[in-house]
Amino acid sequence: MASQLVAGNSAVIVGALYAGCDCFFGYPITPASEILHEASRYFPMVNRKFVQAESEEAAINMVYGAAAAGHRVLAASSGPGMSLKQEGITYLAGAELPCVIVDICRAGPGLGNIGPEQSDYNQACKSGGHGCYHNIVLAPASVQEMCDLTRKGFSLAFRYRNPVVILADGVLGHMVEPLEFPKEALLPGIDTTWAVNGRAETRGNLVTSIMLNFDDLERHNSKLQEKYELIKENEVAWEGYRLEDASVVLVSYGISSRIARSAVDAARKEGIKAGLFRPITLFPFPEKAVRALAEKGSKFISVEMSNGQMREDIRLASGCKPVELVCRYGGNLIRLDSILEKIREVA
Amino acid sequence: MAAIEKVIGGHPGIYETFPRKGGAAITATHYCAGCGHGILHKLIGEAMADLGIQDRCVVISPVGCAVFAYYYLDSGHVQAAHGRAPAVATGISRAEDNAVVISYQGDGDLGSIGLNETIQAANRGEKLAVFFVNNSVYGMTGGQMAPTTLIGEVTATTPNGRDAQEQGYPIHICELLDTLKAPVFIERASLSDIEHIRKARRAVKKALEIQRDKKGYAFVELLSPCPTILRMDAKAIARFINEQMEKEFPLKRFRDKSAEAQAITRPKSDFSQESLDKIFGCESGICVQFQEDPVFVVKGVKIAGFGGQGVLSMGLALAQAGFGSGRYVSYYPDYGPEQRGGTSNCSVVISGQPIGSPVVDHPDVLVAFNRPSLEKFAPTVKKGGLILYDSLAGQFQAPEGVKAISVPATGIATERRTAQAANTAMFGALMQAGNLGLPNEAYGNAFRVTFAKKPKLITKNLDILEAGAQATRVLEMSARK
Repeated sequence: MASQLVAGNSAVIVGALYAGCDCFFGYPITPASEILHEASRYFPMVNRKFVQAESEEAAINMVYGAAAAGHRVLAASSGPGMSLKQEGITYLAGAELPCVIVDICRAGPGLGNIGPEQSDYNQACKSGGHGCYHNIVLAPASVQEMCDLTRKGFSLAFRYRNPVVILADGVLGHMVEPLEFPKEALLPGIDTTWAVNGRAETRGNLVTSIMLNFDDLERHNSKLQEKYELIKENEVAWEGYRLEDASVVLVSYGISSRIARSAVDAARKEGIKAGLFRPITLFPFPEKAVRALAEKGSKFISVEMSNGQMREDIRLASGCKPVELVCRYGGNLIRLDSILEKIREVA
Repeated sequence: MAAIEKVIGGHPGIYETFPRKGGAAITATHYCAGCGHGILHKLIGEAMADLGIQDRCVVISPVGCAVFAYYYLDSGHVQAAHGRAPAVATGISRAEDNAVVISYQGDGDLGSIGLNETIQAANRGEKLAVFFVNNSVYGMTGGQMAPTTLIGEVTATTPNGRDAQEQGYPIHICELLDTLKAPVFIERASLSDIEHIRKARRAVKKALEIQRDKKGYAFVELLSPCPTILRMDAKAIARFINEQMEKEFPLKRFRDKSAEAQAITRPKSDFSQESLDKIFGCESGICVQFQEDPVFVVKGVKIAGFGGQGVLSMGLALAQAGFGSGRYVSYYPDYGPEQRGGTSNCSVVISGQPIGSPVVDHPDVLVAFNRPSLEKFAPTVKKGGLILYDSLAGQFQAPEGVKAISVPATGIATERRTAQAANTAMFGALMQAGNLGLPNEAYGNAFRVTFAKKPKLITKNLDILEAGAQATRVLEMSARK
């Protein structure tokens, strides 16, 4: 199988095209723009559809349109652009439309800067727009996963008719690693039971999120909550590293988890039983697995480039055990040394 | 009771009953008596049916009173966010080349919150029919000022009448769109009375004919009665439109290029694996098996210099050399605040096992192309590590326990009249002295990949690579003596 050295942002486009993604609608923003560039280059080569939209809002609404027509659609952006997209995302969730949205998170708040951060966690995982909804949120930690989780994102989006967010960051977007290309290309079909695509068999269909009758909307909301429960039941994914005998557990995702992994090795060299718990799905959060670790008496350190947004989920899942935090903001990466220091302190 | 309610059912293109609306009166619309929406629905339905395009039609209903257009029109339906219909339409139309996409919008939706989407979709010439209901107020939300509210007109938010100095002037959307090249058809019509409705019917049908023939963007504005919000009876509202609105918004066919416009067709998407493998060059891709090799000592390399000195491309070449040798590699370009016109640096990790952090804080080897990089990163180099720096950086005292070699990289490249290839000479020095555990041929092979599209450059760079290695060999030998 062919492998190439590829940047994370490029790997997203590889994953999407092999997953049968038909349309890309985007707007420039650093550090996600390479996804837009690669889409503009590769989508037309195979007659897939690419539009540079006039705004982030227009881009996500083009996604809404093509998704309503039953097609596989990709969008990509970063912090400020993701904020603008939230309106479209709540409509997608409300109308139960599948799509994949990649967030190459940068430092905020406001305009912030173009350095990496993981501060879009709450916005992605806790419904950043209005209403009671959830995105499925996947967190890649390598170039290979930028491709693989984009592919997986499409399959989850269509299985549950739900928007999927790939929550990555500026480092993952720009770093280069070997990518093993997908072994097969998916041939997508249109689900005519709900799509509206200008054909006789879908003429009776309606895509909407408005339900004027209170009871109708309550039923719709209950149905959504049942769907989220089903997703929690079936789709939790995480990876453990040297967890078996670990007494100190680092919980970390994305690029931070890579640095945390090195910190685990360094701590082990000092004889400290450290391990890494890496959530791959952030929604659904791997609650049961964290609870099991808490029951074993593990001490938790959340390693994330935010003000402890994920720490809240660890704390809840662990049954309100204390969770230490190692974090950086403003575009700065967490240093291995500072994780190691915290491990020594906790152990 | 149903018998006395106004009925628009039983017309072509309109459902016979309206079960989506629910309630007892399933043949009555939710629109107020005298409202223009019901009339326009009928015109659209009739045209869809006449042209035989109902199966192809996707109607996008807006936020506003017409949000429930899907109760009535017998076609596919998508409901959109306030103002976003032209973007939603773009998505549908691009995904489904044969779809006839209809965007039905009111004045607040189209002319205010969604003006950008309106103009941009028109400017792209999307295959889209837009029906713009201009009744001079926000209806559903309770009669606030619209972008098309007339000067002096009293609304919920202009209790003393619209004042140009405070609220600006009514926006003329047709005139605005008429400045763009792409639209095929633009007309302003009126729904005030029978005579006007007849003309409006022709405009609506024309817009949908253009869609049937896939010819591009068509826009029809309809001056429309909202007797409830404007608190007028049937005669007064007709007079208001004919006498006041028309004065501000003259009825006119602004443009009709439908005769000369060509059909726009987009090719079918290609989902085949063969095509994807081809565009990504997978057939010629290197097949690399990563074997875990715990004996291989992990190496971290930091390369730094001014932007334009080839720092990042040298990093990529090194990653390629490691990759080609079956090692795990990662490359990370550091995007610091000084990236524009300043210094840049990158981290390369080469390992026998899956790589944790791709960021090199304490390099085994530092390659510095200029003085600032040398001074910034030299103190971070591991004990027993190596610094390769361009001789142009001047005299430099290495930190204790660290070896430093001054490589005449720029000199070597300049002698060969390719000053921009100093990084290649430095790459040769790294091959000679770096002790990274990669076979020498891996360095040259890296160029064969990175310069695959410029084969002429491969020989030249291999020459400079060798010269860089040779110079370093001599330096090492003389240091030993």
